Amino acid sequence: MKKYSKTHEWVEVLEGSKARIGISNHAQEELGDIVYVDLPEVGKEIKKGEEFMSIESVKAAEDIYAPVSGKVVAVNEKLSDTPELVNQDAEGEGWLVEVELSDPSELDDLMTEEEYKKFVEQEG
Amino acid sequence: MTIFEKSSSGRRAYTLPDQGIPDQSLGIEDYLLRKEKANLPEVSELDLVRHYTELEAKNHSVDKGFYPLGSCTMKYNPKLNEDMAALFRYLHPYQPEETIQGALRLMYELKELLMEITGTDDMTLVPSAGAHGELTGMLIIRAYHLDRGDTKRDKVIVPDSAHGTNPASAAMAGYKVLELKSSEEGLVDLKELEKHLDETVAAIMLTNPNTLGYFERDILKIAEMAHEAGALLYYDGANLNAVMGKARPGDMGFDVVHLNLHKTFSTPHGMGGPGSGPIGVKEHLKDFLPVPVVRKDGERYYLDYDVPKTIGMMRAFYGNFGVLVKAYTYILTMGKDGLTKASELAVLNANYLKALLRGVYPVAYDPDGKRPCMHEFVADGSKLLKETGIKTLDVAKRLLDYGFHAPTVYFPLIVPEALMIEPTETESKETLDAFADAMKEIVKEARENPELLKGAPRNTPVRRLDEATASRKPIVRWTPEN
Amino acid sequence: MKRYPYLPHTEQDIKEMLETIGVSSIEDLFVDVPKTISPEELKIPESRDEFTVKKILMGLARENKTLDEMRVFLGAGIYYRFIPSVVQHLASKPGFVTAYTPYQAEVSQGTLQALFEYQTMICELTGMEVTNASMYDGASALAEAMLMAVRISKKPKVILSKAVHPEYIRTVETYVKPQGIDVEFVDFDEKTGRTDYEALKKMISEDVGGVAIQQPNFFGVVEDLKAAREAIPEKVPFVVAADPIALALLEPPGSFGADIVVGEGQALGNFPALGGPGFGFFSTRMKHIRTMPGRLIGETKDVDGKTGYVMILQTREQHIRRSKATSNICSNHAHSAVMAAIYMSALGKEGIVEVAKRSANAAHYLAAALKGKGFDLTFSGPFLFEFVFNAGQDYEKKWHDMAEKGILGPLPLERLMPEMKGKALAATTELTTKEDIEALLEAIA
Repeated sequence: MKKYSKTHEWVEVLEGSKARIGISNHAQEELGDIVYVDLPEVGKEIKKGEEFMSIESVKAAEDIYAPVSGKVVAVNEKLSDTPELVNQDAEGEGWLVEVELSDPSELDDLMTEEEYKKFVEQEG
Repeated sequence: MTIFEKSSSGRRAYTLPDQGIPDQSLGIEDYLLRKEKANLPEVSELDLVRHYTELEAKNHSVDKGFYPLGSCTMKYNPKLNEDMAALFRYLHPYQPEETIQGALRLMYELKELLMEITGTDDMTLVPSAGAHGELTGMLIIRAYHLDRGDTKRDKVIVPDSAHGTNPASAAMAGYKVLELKSSEEGLVDLKELEKHLDETVAAIMLTNPNTLGYFERDILKIAEMAHEAGALLYYDGANLNAVMGKARPGDMGFDVVHLNLHKTFSTPHGMGGPGSGPIGVKEHLKDFLPVPVVRKDGERYYLDYDVPKTIGMMRAFYGNFGVLVKAYTYILTMGKDGLTKASELAVLNANYLKALLRGVYPVAYDPDGKRPCMHEFVADGSKLLKETGIKTLDVAKRLLDYGFHAPTVYFPLIVPEALMIEPTETESKETLDAFADAMKEIVKEARENPELLKGAPRNTPVRRLDEATASRKPIVRWTPEN
Repeated sequence: MKRYPYLPHTEQDIKEMLETIGVSSIEDLFVDVPKTISPEELKIPESRDEFTVKKILMGLARENKTLDEMRVFLGAGIYYRFIPSVVQHLASKPGFVTAYTPYQAEVSQGTLQALFEYQTMICELTGMEVTNASMYDGASALAEAMLMAVRISKKPKVILSKAVHPEYIRTVETYVKPQGIDVEFVDFDEKTGRTDYEALKKMISEDVGGVAIQQPNFFGVVEDLKAAREAIPEKVPFVVAADPIALALLEPPGSFGADIVVGEGQALGNFPALGGPGFGFFSTRMKHIRTMPGRLIGETKDVDGKTGYVMILQTREQHIRRSKATSNICSNHAHSAVMAAIYMSALGKEGIVEVAKRSANAAHYLAAALKGKGFDLTFSGPFLFEFVFNAGQDYEKKWHDMAEKGILGPLPLERLMPEMKGKALAATTELTTKEDIEALLEAIA
């Protein structure tokens, strides 16, 4: 089950304390054609609420904020050659990184899919 | 078709003189010599002429039509400027000074004229462009603070409406950048400024009039606040075309002023450069100017490398001298009366165009459409987007079909769907009328036939280009394969 | 009302426009400008007619001695080369001169394609994979290259050869020091005039994030790029500032593993113009493309599948990344670069080699003749079209006297490097004739 942040990232726990992170479908729509994903290095420590990587479209560069804290254990290598995967399937094949969560309780602060939908409507 | 595809081995478009010198052996190690020649195209002189004539025809230009790019000052570039620059082409920078007195005198006199126009006390003509000037100015400010032992100042304030070069230049000079939120009127918010002004602020960078086209009417108060906090005030000269002879940056309280000779003083933009970005400074910053500074000793003009606390050199030699000749020619032609008139008419043109678009396009920070702007204004396309789904980008592309260049779009960043329009003083009433008619027509099309806009442009050498793929998989040079 | 050729407004126009706006005078539009800062009048001369302005400028021009009326042996970064008439004619076309940055690609294909072709030609000369659409000049391009080297390596120190042009060195220092980057110098070998590669090897430490040398170096000596690269660890970016005409004869820096190649492009069909505008060229490898400064043109297709060109990777630039941009550069020297592309197209594959070889022939002929007159070469290293010789302690005065007689003699190096008093840097080009050389020999003796 995915949880969402106010900065439009999602997190999905895979197994144990390992989780996947990506940006929401709404976020990829806002960004437009994504041309480059600047992935972090495996091993990087990320901290909730802090920027840890960036995504570029033709006319914008957006910082991506960590929705949870942890250590990057894998990155989606496919994005180096096909950044458009994020446009095509932001919440599936277009995931960004996998992390080892340092504090799984942080997930509780995030929104459910339904809550996020409402949040987006209000924001827009 | 590229020129490489027009190449045929054995053709040439040049001849060389007979030097009367026999072929020499060069004595260079074999492994340092080229094995394979650089693959430059081989064409006849006529091939060459046809190729570049064909390319030229694909460009929009000031000579071809209206070019209302906001903040770019696309005014007419007088032909005389080009002819005069041609008189000074064959000079070497290291010629003995006595053989280039005319060139040095020209630089000296240009400097004096620009100092008077900006209200500054000394000036460097070295910087090659506006951003180069900004970096020069920020390095001067940095050197000034450090020289006073004032080491705590590590940040520079820029408004959120500033040109991107401002924060980038400040960062290059080693500063952190603090973006200042604009007021509800689109001006510097004095309360916000006060909050951030302390002993860690090195400078405030401002454009006046600002990028929204409004004059910062509290400028004297801002200068007072900055100076009281020990910070210096930097003037981005991109918009000087609004105020020549009307208000001098030096009198507004600015300590450092850059000029864009390619904008305000009509030396052409040449597809993006070369420009020239002289920096004028007040008395207290003279000693920090980059070298060389052009000076006069009795009847002799010379290059002064002995500036006591100089920041160093910003480039080799003395700046874009060829551009300086054009600016000098322009100022001599226009004189004090003509320059003042130019600014007045630039402001008149902008306000007139803004009035013509009343009720068609809302203008940022001007709810009733009555607020005077300076030389440019920013239209807000968000209402049109909401009502018709037509983006500013579509409007811009459709303007190309009407034979106009589009305004600057999506800038300043604080105006959604922005269209920044700067007509300049050299455009006639008829041109402005025609442009306004086109804008009205496009807004009508947006309501009646939006597909027309989404598919625009149609009458251009190419149509909308796939920029995403171009950036995803960059092809940055020609090869026989691509 | 006074009439101005560049201002179209009639009194009637102004009246109607003010009515439309709804104000009674132009002054009303300046209400926000505080009266206390409005000058009474600028203290500069009144406007003048075109003929008078022309006379003034022609008068100033006459106070200069131009290269066309002299025998020229001055180089050191700016060269007196032949520019075919066709180059200036094509470059002067208003569609090139009066266009702006190609922001609207659909009506800027001329600019974009010309710059794309320029990028290709420079890649051919430098042996690199990608070239941007130009920088201001060679010195600032080298400074930006050192900043880029540090962005790549993330190390806080750069090393420059002392045989790099002194003004380039000074520019690099001015640019990099405020960002907390240290600059160290490696000596040149006093015999050969080449950078001391052994010394360089010893200077390499963990915190070195970039090394730069010049090819040929400031003294005209051809550097051994192979030895230089071997002295620099692979992960430390190797920057070469090169002369583009020399690259017609020399194996390109790209072949020796250079990471960034920059240089002054004036020699490629741009006028000496007292040192500006020429342009800086800037090349690198595809793997470094995202850390590169400046505008970049790429090929793509339009919606109908037609080939076209656009600015790419703009997210590196100041208008998008602002304080995090790879550089603050906005205006570049596009027109000068296009002029260079026209020149390179005029010369072609064979022509540029011919220009380089003829320039070198003249230098070698001159060097031998100077030796015959008792002026020894200062360095033993190989050279192309520039070299240093021992001109004697009184040379500076002689140099001024020669200028009087129409000879722009070799540059007294003292002017740029005080420790090189009595040495002079001679430069020749494809325009140097036997008569020029004979005249110099007579005057200098």
